[in-house]
Amino acid sequence: MQPDSSHVLSATGIDKIFPGARALNRVDFSLHRGEVHALLGENGAGKSTLVKCLTGAYARDGGRIVLDGADIDPQSTLEAQNLGIGTVYQEVNLLANLTVAENLFLGRQPRRFGLVSARKMNRRAKALLAEYDLDIDVTAGLAAYSVAVQQVVAIARAVDLSGKVLILDEPTASLDAHEVAMLFRIVRRLRERGLGIVFITHFLEQVYEISDRITVLRNGGLVGTRATADLPRRELIAMMLGRELVQEVAGGHGARGEAGDVRFRFRGFGRKGHIQPFDLDICAGEVVGIAGLLGSGRTETAEILFGAERADSGTAQADGRALDLSSPRAAIREKFGFCPEDRKVDGIVGDLSVRENIALALQARRGWARPISRGEQDQLADRYIKALDIRTSDREKPIRLLSGGNQQKAILARWLATNPDFLILDEPTRGIDVGAHAEIIRLIESLCEKGMSLIVISSELEELVAYSSRVIVLRDRAHVAELTGSAVTTDGIVEAIAASAGRVEA
Amino acid sequence: MTSALKAYAVRLLPQAAALAVILVMVSLAFPGFFRLEMQNGRLYGSLVDILNRGAPVALLAIGMTVVIATKGIDLSVGAVMAICGAVAAACITSGHGLATTLLITLATGILCGLWNGILVAVLDIQPIIATLVLMVAGRGIAQLVTEGAILTFNDPGLIFIGSGALLGLPMPVVIWLAFGIAVALLVRRTALGMLIEALGVNRRAATLSGVSTGVLLIAAYMLSGLCAAIAGIIAAADIRGADANNAGLWLELDAILAVVVGGTSLLGGRFSIAASLIGALIIQSINTGILLSGFPPEFNLIIKAAIIVMILIIQSPRAQSAFAFLSRPRAEDGKTEQEAK
Amino acid sequence: MNQRYLPLAATIAIFLIAYAVCIAQYPNMLSTRVMGNLLTDNAFLGIAAVGMTFVILSGGIDLSIGAVIAFTGVFLAVLLQSTAIHPLAAFVLALVITTAFGALMGAIIHHLEMPPFIVTLAGMFLARGMAFVLTIDSIPIRHPFYATLKSLYYTLPGGGRITLIGGLMLLVFAAGILVAHRTRFGANVYALGGGAATAQLMGVPTGRTTILIYALSGFLAGLSGIVFSLYTSAGYSLATVGVELDAIAAVVIGGTLLTGGSGFVAGTLVGILIQGLIQTYITFDGSLSSWWTKILIGALLFAFILLQKGLIQFTGRRRRHA
Repeated sequence: MQPDSSHVLSATGIDKIFPGARALNRVDFSLHRGEVHALLGENGAGKSTLVKCLTGAYARDGGRIVLDGADIDPQSTLEAQNLGIGTVYQEVNLLANLTVAENLFLGRQPRRFGLVSARKMNRRAKALLAEYDLDIDVTAGLAAYSVAVQQVVAIARAVDLSGKVLILDEPTASLDAHEVAMLFRIVRRLRERGLGIVFITHFLEQVYEISDRITVLRNGGLVGTRATADLPRRELIAMMLGRELVQEVAGGHGARGEAGDVRFRFRGFGRKGHIQPFDLDICAGEVVGIAGLLGSGRTETAEILFGAERADSGTAQADGRALDLSSPRAAIREKFGFCPEDRKVDGIVGDLSVRENIALALQARRGWARPISRGEQDQLADRYIKALDIRTSDREKPIRLLSGGNQQKAILARWLATNPDFLILDEPTRGIDVGAHAEIIRLIESLCEKGMSLIVISSELEELVAYSSRVIVLRDRAHVAELTGSAVTTDGIVEAIAASAGRVEA
Repeated sequence: MTSALKAYAVRLLPQAAALAVILVMVSLAFPGFFRLEMQNGRLYGSLVDILNRGAPVALLAIGMTVVIATKGIDLSVGAVMAICGAVAAACITSGHGLATTLLITLATGILCGLWNGILVAVLDIQPIIATLVLMVAGRGIAQLVTEGAILTFNDPGLIFIGSGALLGLPMPVVIWLAFGIAVALLVRRTALGMLIEALGVNRRAATLSGVSTGVLLIAAYMLSGLCAAIAGIIAAADIRGADANNAGLWLELDAILAVVVGGTSLLGGRFSIAASLIGALIIQSINTGILLSGFPPEFNLIIKAAIIVMILIIQSPRAQSAFAFLSRPRAEDGKTEQEAK
Repeated sequence: MNQRYLPLAATIAIFLIAYAVCIAQYPNMLSTRVMGNLLTDNAFLGIAAVGMTFVILSGGIDLSIGAVIAFTGVFLAVLLQSTAIHPLAAFVLALVITTAFGALMGAIIHHLEMPPFIVTLAGMFLARGMAFVLTIDSIPIRHPFYATLKSLYYTLPGGGRITLIGGLMLLVFAAGILVAHRTRFGANVYALGGGAATAQLMGVPTGRTTILIYALSGFLAGLSGIVFSLYTSAGYSLATVGVELDAIAAVVIGGTLLTGGSGFVAGTLVGILIQGLIQTYITFDGSLSSWWTKILIGALLFAFILLQKGLIQFTGRRRRHA
């Protein structure tokens, strides 16, 4: 492939081999000036590896990278940055303890007589951010600003430093809709300025909203590069999954509306500053979905239900009996379980084995003085590894070495082992590959059939619609609507989320 | 069970090998090193001496191991030793009985641990900072108790703890061996070990799984305080007096070293009390060995530093990955980790 | 007011209040003489504490400085006793050795990825051991040049004296403040304390910075050793045991976050002065025992740790609900 002059960056035949596995197999990737190019694929498809090869974080084992007509071989992200390739990650890679201006000019502070001139630096920082319509106090610590603002600062820094190619790795994962819109405005403006932008995300809506072309990777190989306008959604999913066609939206949930008596009853349950008091009833064998934008109080709802944050108002009852939900420990005693949203931080105990991770909650409930014997632990682990199809070479493998989907299944196994009556799943399918995704949805349905009560929080609305018999919609840290029966549709949820705050609860 | 036993042996192998090498090296320089003699129903010899002299660090290392496993560190143990030694001396000289004295002293140590534990678990202060407070103030408190003097005593019961013998072994050896085994059994025969490791690796995940992380953390520091109290009693009994300035001075560093040499990561998680005890013996063997080998004692610290650096370099992440590079199966793990990311 | 300055303001307020209390009780303490002595008596500690401030700002710790100070003192004493070398040349030699020693520790910390706590602990053993090897006796320094240096001072109105070493400490603090806030190296130190991995990604030369930080700490510990030998006119291998603790306490009382990334070199000076003030007060009082110093410093440490904890929680909560 001959480098085209309209290409700001072109990579041909990129190979990357890890001991025992080929992570990238002769992948081609090209980026025009002034385009937003989405890079898609399941987890493990090789997106991150490709980006790391382009930015010098990994040394590639083969292939050619041409930037602006010249061959490059960056040995570090720093070198790539100096060559013109800047990267902004999901977890903002800036320093919260420094000021905004210091973050923008770290390592290249303007100097006078060999000393850093803070005044000049602050003036230039202000001017730089003005290009992004950001008018903030640049002498304040970065920590004082929201993630979205930090993200913009990170982009401003990356563009200012490199200026040819901008790689955005999951930049929208922790932003709400307004913030995403603001970010996209900036991305469009940069596109007009002629930057080549690589955009990695899990959100397909965003891909269609912002990207010009799409490149799909699968199992370390290139599936294809297509113009976004000519690629229907179903076809895109098929490219990503490698199956001819996957039912994007599963059918409705059979048990909807048929649930029996109310089993768990919450009245005026809430916590100041976290979530306004709400009422909630859940039957046995029912899945209640929770929808809302980020920051609407979804996770906060889960946390007070599980006692991770103590409720300061209201009552909780199970079959008429008052529940003690003052701490996770107390909640577990009441047969509650909780799979948190941030698996790495709140879920897995990385250095411990899959076996120990599965046995942890059960052991904690039994108390330290009544250990689960090694034999029982082995049985327990083996049972769930088999039942949930957790792919691991060995139950003694540290759980951090497993893929995201398998970690998620192991955390689920941890709770299933305690045989809970009430299970709260916060974004159970986030960040895991589509295969495991489907398995987890099936699992939710089968648990529900067994009579467990579930609360599932998800930003994937189709998914929620598929298995929930009711969906509670949250806005501004309050439960604002409850959709039941035939009202449970993606459109219905979107409408409820979007409705003005004045509207009364349904 | 045999596989678990094998894993245990593999875990202790590097430390045991290091100890053996050091002992053999000392015996080359000092031929009578391994000789043991029985006199008046009591063993004498350089090896017994190492076990005896190493008692305070070994005791501190027991508590320190558990604290480090929780991703903590306890800098105050040396100062707590001084406080407890002072308390013991003050009690016994003011006419309390041996049992009361011991009880009050051990309670003092546990109380010091409780203070540290509350700072770490309840106030959520970084362990190194939280325990620094008592490290700085502790010797002042000990001097307050002894009123600045070296408080001497001659209660035979208390002195017996420092220099008596039981079953042919010096009392301090019996105490640290028994206490070490007791704590090791306590954490491994119950679920405490696993819960502590879970807490050390990921405190929030452990809390959300229902582990009483706050109680466990406080208990770990209380255990460390208890260990320091026992070590303080032994140190005071040994010299028949409480020296607030010098008792346990810098022993917190030796105890931390013993744990690190024992292969427990300062980042928390997996721990082995047996390995830490071997680590304590390694440190004491170096100390005793240098004396016996006829090196001028001035070289003691330099040799100690050199040996520690060597052991640490072998255990450092860089060296570990270099080893991993040589062995295939590990490399595969490394790959999966990157993939998972 | 920017809340980053709050710990510093608290430190200064505590110092002023404490000083006012002292003066109320012993009006004699309000004299340039007392202040001059405060500077002179704490000069070696202050200089070493500047190095410690940089190390702690970067998220590290240096346990070796007490041992390095003692080593420098012994090295100078032995060198001046057994050779005819001029003290200035001996100073340069001592500084070269201690700087290289610090740089070596920094290199080990960076390249072997070992915790600073353990590396500098080994460094502490090594430096103390080297001092023992040189001599275990206390060796007086009787070089006439020492007498010359000690006779240099600036008289303040009121009879107080800024001695050479007291003045040198102030100079070192001034230089430290300049380096911390007005150079790229200084910004890199803060960046490292904010997060080494992120700093690396942002282009901070982490290896070079780490090595420089510990080299700086070694250099200042060496300088502190020179000052200490001027102060005591002797070299003794058992001197300055535990000075690293006093330095760490001064840094924390001065408002620097022990976890790194936030704090001020100027605060450390106030931290040193507070410690010195407590000692002066106890001397003035005469009936109070010396151990109250330790207990009071411990209590102050605790108060500052709590203050910073509260601040962090306050900002954390504010951001969460922003």
